[in-house]
Amino acid sequence: MLELDRLALAQGGFRLEADLALEAGGTVAVIGPSGGGKSTLLAGIAGFLAPQAGRVRWAGRDLTGLVPGARPVSVLFQDGNLFPHLTVAQNVGLALGPRLRLPAEDRDRVEGALARVGLSGRGGDRPAQLSGGQQGRAALARVLLSGRPVVLLDEAFAALGPALKDEMLDLVAGLVAGPERLVLMVSHDPGDATRIAARTVLVAEGRATGPFDTADLLADPPPALAAYLRAPDRS
Amino acid sequence: MNAAVPPRARRGPPRCPGAVAAACVSALVLLPLGAVALRAGGPASGGAGAALAPADWAAIRFTLWQAALSATLSIALAVPVARALARRRFPGRAAVVTLMGAPFVLPVIVAVLGLLAVFGRGGLLNDALGALGLPRVSIYGWPGVVLAHVFFNLPLATRILLQGWQAIPAERFRLAASLNAPVGRLLEIPMLRAAAPGAWLLIFLLCLTSFAVALTLGGGPRATTVELAIYQALRFDFAPGRAALLAAVQVALCLAAVTASRAVAIPSAWGAGTGRVVERWDARGRAARIRDAAWIALAAGFLLLPLGMVAARGLPGLADMPGSVWAAAGRSVAVALASTALALAAALALALRGGRAAALAGALPLAVSALVLGTGLFLIVRPFVSPLDVALPVTVIVNALLSLPFAAGLLAPAVAQVEAGHGRLADSLGLTGWRRLRILLLPGLRAPLGFAAGLATALSMGDLGVIALFAGEAQETLPLAMYRLMGAYRMEAAAGAGLLLVALSLGLFWLFDRGGRHARA
Repeated sequence: MLELDRLALAQGGFRLEADLALEAGGTVAVIGPSGGGKSTLLAGIAGFLAPQAGRVRWAGRDLTGLVPGARPVSVLFQDGNLFPHLTVAQNVGLALGPRLRLPAEDRDRVEGALARVGLSGRGGDRPAQLSGGQQGRAALARVLLSGRPVVLLDEAFAALGPALKDEMLDLVAGLVAGPERLVLMVSHDPGDATRIAARTVLVAEGRATGPFDTADLLADPPPALAAYLRAPDRS
Repeated sequence: MNAAVPPRARRGPPRCPGAVAAACVSALVLLPLGAVALRAGGPASGGAGAALAPADWAAIRFTLWQAALSATLSIALAVPVARALARRRFPGRAAVVTLMGAPFVLPVIVAVLGLLAVFGRGGLLNDALGALGLPRVSIYGWPGVVLAHVFFNLPLATRILLQGWQAIPAERFRLAASLNAPVGRLLEIPMLRAAAPGAWLLIFLLCLTSFAVALTLGGGPRATTVELAIYQALRFDFAPGRAALLAAVQVALCLAAVTASRAVAIPSAWGAGTGRVVERWDARGRAARIRDAAWIALAAGFLLLPLGMVAARGLPGLADMPGSVWAAAGRSVAVALASTALALAAALALALRGGRAAALAGALPLAVSALVLGTGLFLIVRPFVSPLDVALPVTVIVNALLSLPFAAGLLAPAVAQVEAGHGRLADSLGLTGWRRLRILLLPGLRAPLGFAAGLATALSMGDLGVIALFAGEAQETLPLAMYRLMGAYRMEAAAGAGLLLVALSLGLFWLFDRGGRHARA
């Protein structure tokens, strides 16, 4: 269970409060208006942003003072998820430790992770030789291999086209989101939430609330969310 | 409650080495300055006493005057050259733009030799004048000093102004053309008004600390710079008190110029984009085309002719060189590589640390000149060891310090860029310390590291500053050996040494720069 215990995050004059608990297992969507603090929330959980007050706990363990690399948390951003100068296999292998030359058994594990995301035999390529979707898959392979139970997706697939994005979401739902894991997914698109997330956290007006049942929330949105959902394409 | 220990503590690039580097740089700049101040202000200033002699005032006046004149001439001549390069497309244009970068890595003493071969007593110009029955001209004294400064800074000004021209959006020229509006008054003069003061100040600052040019072409009561006066006070008059006083004056001049430069944006000479030619609709007439071609040809000839003369006279001179020149070349390479390693290590450590203190430490050496540092170090070491014994280590340190602002200026933005792109990913993977450096930063910094190493090596290879103050026969570097050959009127051998020096400087620069751009992780 991920607990955000009276968490208060501040970033450049902006303040976000969160007091909620999320059971492990499956995917939780994080939605809300632009500039509402979705990425700030994820930065607080990942450890990129020190909280002003409150605690972050996973499975009862306090993460608040830990640096990002020491947390049981993997993050995927919209871009910059792979080091461009390393091979795909080296990038994925970083999940096992900060080394570029891996022992034979670790190399097998890297190859296994690549096979699971459909990138068999591409380990020797550099990220620039992969398509956008394949780069996303390679980053997912690293997340899988790291075995860290909390996975944060900060609009990780927003740059992909709709079909490719759905494919990546299904990959996340099928491979990453197991019963022991918790996937938190920031998205602009309520369709992403409906597709793979049964639960949704709403971030609006300086506060993160939830989790709500995704279908219920979208069927009867509170005013702040309703305005956001309506605004972009129906005016 | 939650003390909110910032996770920053063990995140990001390693920061400790930067603190060590900042402390070392500060000590190496401030201790010599302290020694200078103590000696200049102390009652025991000895020698010429605590007041500046009339000759010293003349040196101060000449320093300011020649720097102002050199900067003004360089900018004035660079305007038509840069405009021609900005609006003309021709085969070899890229080569001309590259040529404008060459003086950065060209040893001063070699350029002086080349200028003497063209404009000097036995040079091409005087041969031509003689053939026409006209009186000969001499460039020793202020004309030579200013000529050499323009030789070095006209290309620099051209590159800066060319970037200014290319920063004007192409659509503006299209708009001006469609309105039949005057491009000069509407677009070019406002750009120059923004770019030229910074360029002028940069060149003024560079000429303010000029030593090797004044040493070789100036001198005497009417063409001595403060740097040269410091050298003469220490080396010939043996008046450390007066040298210290002059060094204090030099620091004040540099600080004033650096302070003034904070008010004006100092442009970078090696930014991106000197390759684009903007479509222009004005200046299509034949006269304008001929004028532009003439300016480009003049500028290229002004740079190439002296270099060609060094090559032409140097090749036969190679056989004429005394064996000591080869030993000097070995010393030069060793000094250059050692000072480059120091400068890059310090610049990298400061760039990784980031922040205002690190930036300040990286820029600190701008406040001092080679001879000021040399004087301070001379005053510090002389009670304990002979200056001869420490000539090479001191030269390594001073060259490293003087390269540091350039190297730090190149590496700091590059580190920031790599960290902005992939720093969070490295944080989330727990890449810290040395591993972060090896896996994330060094591969991303190869190109700026290679370029900075090339610049630092070339600067150190060509340095004729503090080494002249400390060295005897047995410690001489290649530029010093060349200077002594010129002083003995062995011009052929000097040209040979010059050719060797140019080959080594450019070769090392090319190796480092290439290595940075082409190696794969």
